[in-house]
Amino acid sequence: MTQLALVIDLNVCVGCHACVTNCKQWNTSGSAGPLTDLNPYEAYPNGTFFNRVQTFEVGCYPQTETVHFPKSCLHCEDPPCVPVCPTGASYKRKEDGIVLVDYDKCIGCKYCTWACPYGMREFDEERKVMTKCTLCVDRIYDETKPEAERKPSCVLACPPGARLFGDVHDPESAVSVAIRERGGYTLMPEQGTNPANHYLPRRKTTLAVHKDELYRSGNPHKIDGAPFDQNLPPADEELN
Amino acid sequence: MPSAPLHDPAASPLPDAKTEIKTTTCYMCACRCGIRVHLRDGEVRYIEGNPDHPLNQGVICAKGGSGIMKQYSPARLTQPLRRKPGSERGANEFEAISWEETFAILEKRLSHLRATDPKKFALFTGRDQMQALTGLFARQFGTPNYAAHGGFCSVNMAAGMIYTIGGSFWEFGGPDLERARLFFMIGTAEDHHSNPLKKSLGEFKRNGGRFVAINPVRSGYAAIADEWIPIKPGTDGALILAIIREIIALGLYDRDFLTRYTNAGQLLNQNQDSKDFGMFLRNPDGEKINPLRPQNFYWWDRLTGQPVSDHAQYADPALLGSFTMPDGTTTKPAFQLLKERVAECTPEWAEQITGIPADTIKRIAHEMGITARDYRIELPIPWTDVWGEEHETVIGNPVAFHAMRGLAAHSNGFQSIRSLAVLMSLLGTIDRPGGFRHKAPYPRAIPPNARPPKGPQDVQPNTPLHGAPLGWPENPDDLFVDADGQPVRLDKGFSWEHPLSAHGLMHNAITNAWRGDPYPIDTLLLFMANMAWNSSMNTTEVRKMLTDKNADGEYKIPFIVVCDAFQSETTAFADLILPDTTYLERHDCMSMLDRPISEYDGPVDSVRVPVLPPTGECKPFQEVLIELASRLKLPAFTTAEGARKFKGYTDFVINYETAPGSGIGFLTGWRGKDGENAMRGEPNPKQWEMYEKNGCFHHYHLAPSMQYMRNWNKEYLDWAQHAGMRRDNDPIVIHLYSEILQSFRLAAEGKRPGKQPPDELRERVKTYFDPLPFWHAPLEDAQSDLDKYPLNAVTQRPMAMYHSWDTQNTWLRQIHTYNYLYVNARTAADAGIADGGWMWVESQWGKVRCLCRYSESVEPGTVWTWNAIGKASGAWNLTGDANESQQGFLLNHLISEELRANAAGKRHSNSDPITGQAAWYDVRVRIYPAEAGEAEQTFPQFETMQPVPGMKQRPTGWLAWFAGKREN
Amino acid sequence: MKPAFSVIFLTTLIGAGQGLFLALFTQQSYAVFGLLPLQEDAFYGFGSLLALLLLIAGLAASFFHLGHPERAWRAAAQWRTSWLSREVIALPAFMGIVFLYGMAHLLAYRPLFVILPGGQPIDLSVVLGSIGTLLAFALFACTAMIYACLRFLREWHTPLTIVNFILLGSASGFTLAALYAALAGSDQAGFFAGWAFIITLLGLLNRSATLWRNARLRPTSTLQTAIGIKHPRIAQKSQGAMGGSFNTREFFHGKSASFIRTIKPAFLALTFGAPLLLLALSHSAALLGAAFLLQYAGLLAERWFFFAEANHPQNLYYQTIG
Ligand SMILES: Nc1nc2c(c(=O)[nH]1)N[C@H]1C(S)=C(S)[C@@H](COP(=O)(O)OP(=O)(O)OC[C@H]3O[C@@H](n4cnc5c(=O)[nH]c(N)nc54)[C@H](O)[C@@H]3O)O[C@H]1N2
Ligand SMILES: Nc1nc2c(c(=O)[nH]1)N[C@H]1C(S)=C(S)[C@@H](COP(=O)(O)OP(=O)(O)OC[C@H]3O[C@@H](n4cnc5c(=O)[nH]c(N)nc54)[C@H](O)[C@@H]3O)O[C@H]1N2
Ligand code: SF4
Ligand code: SF4
Ligand code: SF4
Ligand code: SF4
Ligand code: SF4
Ligand SMILES: [Mo]
Repeated sequence: MTQLALVIDLNVCVGCHACVTNCKQWNTSGSAGPLTDLNPYEAYPNGTFFNRVQTFEVGCYPQTETVHFPKSCLHCEDPPCVPVCPTGASYKRKEDGIVLVDYDKCIGCKYCTWACPYGMREFDEERKVMTKCTLCVDRIYDETKPEAERKPSCVLACPPGARLFGDVHDPESAVSVAIRERGGYTLMPEQGTNPANHYLPRRKTTLAVHKDELYRSGNPHKIDGAPFDQNLPPADEELN
Repeated sequence: MPSAPLHDPAASPLPDAKTEIKTTTCYMCACRCGIRVHLRDGEVRYIEGNPDHPLNQGVICAKGGSGIMKQYSPARLTQPLRRKPGSERGANEFEAISWEETFAILEKRLSHLRATDPKKFALFTGRDQMQALTGLFARQFGTPNYAAHGGFCSVNMAAGMIYTIGGSFWEFGGPDLERARLFFMIGTAEDHHSNPLKKSLGEFKRNGGRFVAINPVRSGYAAIADEWIPIKPGTDGALILAIIREIIALGLYDRDFLTRYTNAGQLLNQNQDSKDFGMFLRNPDGEKINPLRPQNFYWWDRLTGQPVSDHAQYADPALLGSFTMPDGTTTKPAFQLLKERVAECTPEWAEQITGIPADTIKRIAHEMGITARDYRIELPIPWTDVWGEEHETVIGNPVAFHAMRGLAAHSNGFQSIRSLAVLMSLLGTIDRPGGFRHKAPYPRAIPPNARPPKGPQDVQPNTPLHGAPLGWPENPDDLFVDADGQPVRLDKGFSWEHPLSAHGLMHNAITNAWRGDPYPIDTLLLFMANMAWNSSMNTTEVRKMLTDKNADGEYKIPFIVVCDAFQSETTAFADLILPDTTYLERHDCMSMLDRPISEYDGPVDSVRVPVLPPTGECKPFQEVLIELASRLKLPAFTTAEGARKFKGYTDFVINYETAPGSGIGFLTGWRGKDGENAMRGEPNPKQWEMYEKNGCFHHYHLAPSMQYMRNWNKEYLDWAQHAGMRRDNDPIVIHLYSEILQSFRLAAEGKRPGKQPPDELRERVKTYFDPLPFWHAPLEDAQSDLDKYPLNAVTQRPMAMYHSWDTQNTWLRQIHTYNYLYVNARTAADAGIADGGWMWVESQWGKVRCLCRYSESVEPGTVWTWNAIGKASGAWNLTGDANESQQGFLLNHLISEELRANAAGKRHSNSDPITGQAAWYDVRVRIYPAEAGEAEQTFPQFETMQPVPGMKQRPTGWLAWFAGKREN
Repeated sequence: MKPAFSVIFLTTLIGAGQGLFLALFTQQSYAVFGLLPLQEDAFYGFGSLLALLLLIAGLAASFFHLGHPERAWRAAAQWRTSWLSREVIALPAFMGIVFLYGMAHLLAYRPLFVILPGGQPIDLSVVLGSIGTLLAFALFACTAMIYACLRFLREWHTPLTIVNFILLGSASGFTLAALYAALAGSDQAGFFAGWAFIITLLGLLNRSATLWRNARLRPTSTLQTAIGIKHPRIAQKSQGAMGGSFNTREFFHGKSASFIRTIKPAFLALTFGAPLLLLALSHSAALLGAAFLLQYAGLLAERWFFFAEANHPQNLYYQTIG
């Protein structure tokens, strides 16, 4: 069984919001659109977005990490938003695990949003239907596009390549490998939703410098002489 | 069981619509990525990165993905507008006129100025990337008063590095993150090279590279750094000098690189009494290589203990020591002086200045040195250097750096950046794999060959300017000053105040014109610059200057023309508004004559082609310039018979050649009658079509043997000369020690014949034109009460907003609707300011009320905010109460464009004393809470702007964009 | 959560309607067993119509909650999994029974089905009343389960929620029944008021237990699990949009802490304190009327608080604008 999902690499996400607006532009004129904007040129502009990028600070100065955190529907394997929907408008596809809203059935009761612990669904105030990330279902199977472009809009846009897309049930897929090898995790595992989307954690590359590596036998001081007396290079014997 | 869905999620929503895909080039920012624009029944449906494009390789950013909302923005100007007769300038009352009338007005005014005093016409352009054309227009017109944004942007970066290594970060070079192992990013938030930098950072980190960010703030890129080193603003020079000291002290410099490719071993005249003190000794028997720039230097051969010609075979220069020439002249190699310079720059010294622990400074110096030395890359690519030595491999030391305005936008930026370039050279990382890599047309000579005009005689009525309006002085005689050493340019560029102001000083143009110092002007044409707002320092006062009048009731700046695509804050101050097209509606080119989009592996230039017809009466500024130039009969635009030479912009681009028959024009691709040539060749009438067919770019791949060590690579240098990217093919030896700077110092000391600084500037020139990098406190510090104003205030670029111009874009404005001042939580709490509360931030120049946000990712002595989010009420066709004007604020009100007057009553620009780079990030501030009962609104406020004729009604309540439905 | 007025009215109105019906049938059941005098058919009939009116009003209010009320019929589709769907089925079913029960009385069409061994006559109205009672409880359960089934809304995810809906709906219904009896000139006001007093008291106990429980809840999800970073100090700096979003509207009550502090004693006094006092004092129409109105007002506040108190884990992602 296939479960398509996004894997988001927090190790390289720079918080650029490319995934946010490119999701918007694809979907607003796509099968899920339009994605309405309220007060577009007035105070408190706001609108429907399937994807947001948030920022968190972890730790206290100077040991601070700034974490950019993209957030869209996780396409849970046990999605609480689906069974609660009274109309069946909220559904999870058997064939690929994508959780979708059927805009023609949705009565706009918003009950599913209460059931999603993550706040990943957004009610479209103008169309009065529930919306959410579609995993770009109207792109990824589009055979008029070259294979390489049958990917979600946010994935193709993301400049540092922080968004991977694929089948998390296929152990050989790039996403599964990344999850396995890079410690991929899910959000709020305690809620039992079993999200399909995963996040890859930060990694730190460090460089250990050992004092005894500072000098090598080819040190130019041997030619030029020591520029500052206190830093005389060690003699050859010492180096060996 | 759920029944089958009614809504088919994969079905096309408008199956009958006609769809098309066209390639062009993005201009939501100056990065200029390749894009594919999807149209549905003529409306923009989707804009994606062009996967085949060398620059962005398919990726696209937040702004690029919001182009639709720019194209259909209600803030767009669609008709030429004239200030309503009888209305006051700034009142924002306009009437629509025709283009014919517009051209008639401009032609009359400009032809008069050209015939009488061409310098009374000033053309300043902001964030544009078409300076090859605007500069040509100004030069042909004959006015010296032309500049683009570089002076207030990052000229320190360009000049500091170009005067040292012959290339720079910015568009002309960058870090090779594909092969680097260790990467230092200094003072960069977003950069010009936005998408490629993000892409390569992602790859770099995935490949396990180590990334260190040096910045008072940890945001964006710094967020994903493996280590964040907070630094006090304006102190990087001290940090870098301490690192240099440590590298030299431990012998971690790349000696082979230094001796052969830099002037480290060249001998300097150290004879205190000599007129040539501090200049390199010239060897009369040595080979000059290029008589225009003789390179007959000396080395002290340590093997024979004798002076020899530099690069003499079998010789090896001494780097340290003091020697006496046979004629008795005392001499030292440049490296010895560098060593002496940094002797006192200990890590402990730097700790006091930068706030970075000495141990950290030592550690990162060691990391750099050891990575450069022990992780050496060797590529099996044979190449030959200019002195004839054949190398079997290309060597790389994989330590890369990148820096931008955090270094540049300080008044000590030039010297700090020179320090950085020197450090990169010590590590042997210039144009080598894993280090810094050039991009065509760089490397160029130090300095590049374009020289500014030399004096008032170069400005004559009805005559093109003698010399390019902007250039690169090589010595004091290249300055653009009159007999008294006073500036000829309105912005005082290339004067003794800032001799190496290669990009001009746009930030002083309005103040100088208003004050009539050095002289009043008549017509100011602003293109793509929001000078009444975010690109002015001291914004409140500058806005007053734009409407200020003489005693006779005439405006101090008599006529202001603004070419913009949107209703910005500045359009309100125009007498004439020229509505420009958007980037989707015009032809344009990113020319090799200007700032192309080259890659490390070879030159790349590109074009924009219209994918949509112009909106309303909009006309590309390119066409406006060609039309004006033709009407004014500027020589380059006129045939020998006096007729119009070019039909329009596309025709101009095809047929213009830098010199008759040179075969060099705006575009390098598909030259020659049938497009058979690259780089150089006859005009090709089908050139635009050929670009279009190739995705709107031309990428010339250099052979691997020409991709590295290009400063000294014989094959490359010959090729570059042939391709017209350089005049000469002489080697570009790195200036660890800058003889050019020393020549200015000698003039200031009265030791050099030729142009002399006015006496009041002698000390200044002498101090800052130090041939070796040094650190000094930012100029404003000396005029600031640092106890009263203890904090630094800086801005940063948000990745999802371009300066002021994306405010009309409803998708982007939802991300940055207004801005907070980010303050270290402890600093704010100590000042009694609440998280999210209203506060004041005050400098000696002004004050601003704004909202506070606590942060742990900012150094306690620094406060910062996103740049240009705050807007004037009503601008950009937002409602008067939009958050941008009510909660958003501009830091510019706190920053002065001038320093306090000196004892003689003279006011100097608040800029780097060498380059004239605007010192945005020098300002010192204090903060305190707003009092209860104060208005919950930012301060200052300005009268609400009203829409002007031709602007579309702004949709109120809601907007549901759906391409192809034609109900938007 | 943001209290939606349509839902507050829906639950309180149908709760009172269900309670009123239960009260009427309780009295009839007593009568069947000869413990109380059987009332005239009109008493039960018009009483049921009053209950029906409340149910209709509640249903009408619920439509205001829907983006697409014209598609409301679709809401019955997912009864296998959705408590909302079940409510959507249970409510009209219950309304139908209430209607039939009322009609059986008004038309005095009460064919006898059986006589129990104890001599109690089981006619159509008793059958309908029993079904109605079951449905009333089912409806209470459905409505309450809409909230109680949401695992991570811990304030709601407890059997106390179901008990609360049953008790508070019944309390208001019995109070209303007392008022109705007083106004209809029936001598049963005291009976109804007595039960109303007891149920209100039980309601108070249950609600207090809920408050006590909820005050001690520790959220299962934290910022740490929400973004998957284990560090004791995490602070949001930006939620990705500054002009607000659905997430900042739907899940925050938007009222100050002091408002919350006032509303809690207010609803306790109105829903429980005042009615208990008035019910104990006298069974005059005026005081019973006051008791019902105060209690209903209290219920509106109680329901508001019920929503506002529930802290949705999604709020972890929406703390700071920046
Ligand atoms: N405090 C502070 N101030 C700063 C800086 C800082 O760091 N801190 N940075 C400085 C720097 S580096 C820069 S480069 C400047 C930038 O400042 P500006 O050059 O003023 O840039 P923008 O604000 O984008 O304004 C450019 C104008 O171009 C218009 N425009 C957009 N597209 C088009 C088009 O297609 N055609 C035409 N004709 N016009 C168009 C926009 O509407 C806008 O009015 O700001 C400077 N100001
Ligand atoms: N999205 C987007 N992209 C842009 C632009 C935009 O407006 N929006 N503008 C374009 C333009 S015109 C320019 S010039 C470039 C500029 O690109 P950047 O140079 O990246 O621009 P800034 O935002 O000025 O970044 C300055 C950084 O330097 C830090 N800083 C300030 N003072 C110091 C200091 O003394 N030392 C150190 N080490 N750091 C310091 C600040 O905290 C900030 O992080 O971006 C270009 N790209
Ligand atoms: S993230 Fe929320 S909306 Fe998406 S599947 Fe999971 S529960 Fe449903
Ligand atoms: S809002 Fe729509 S999708 Fe969500 S529960 Fe209601 S009917 Fe289902
Ligand atoms: S997968 Fe598609 S719908 Fe989902 S966030 Fe990405 S772009 Fe948006
Ligand atoms: S596009 Fe990529 S890097 Fe940018 S915010 Fe989204 S996930 Fe992060
Ligand atoms: S970085 Fe973004 S806005 Fe700039 S040119 Fe590229 S896609 Fe366009
Ligand atoms: Mo800039």
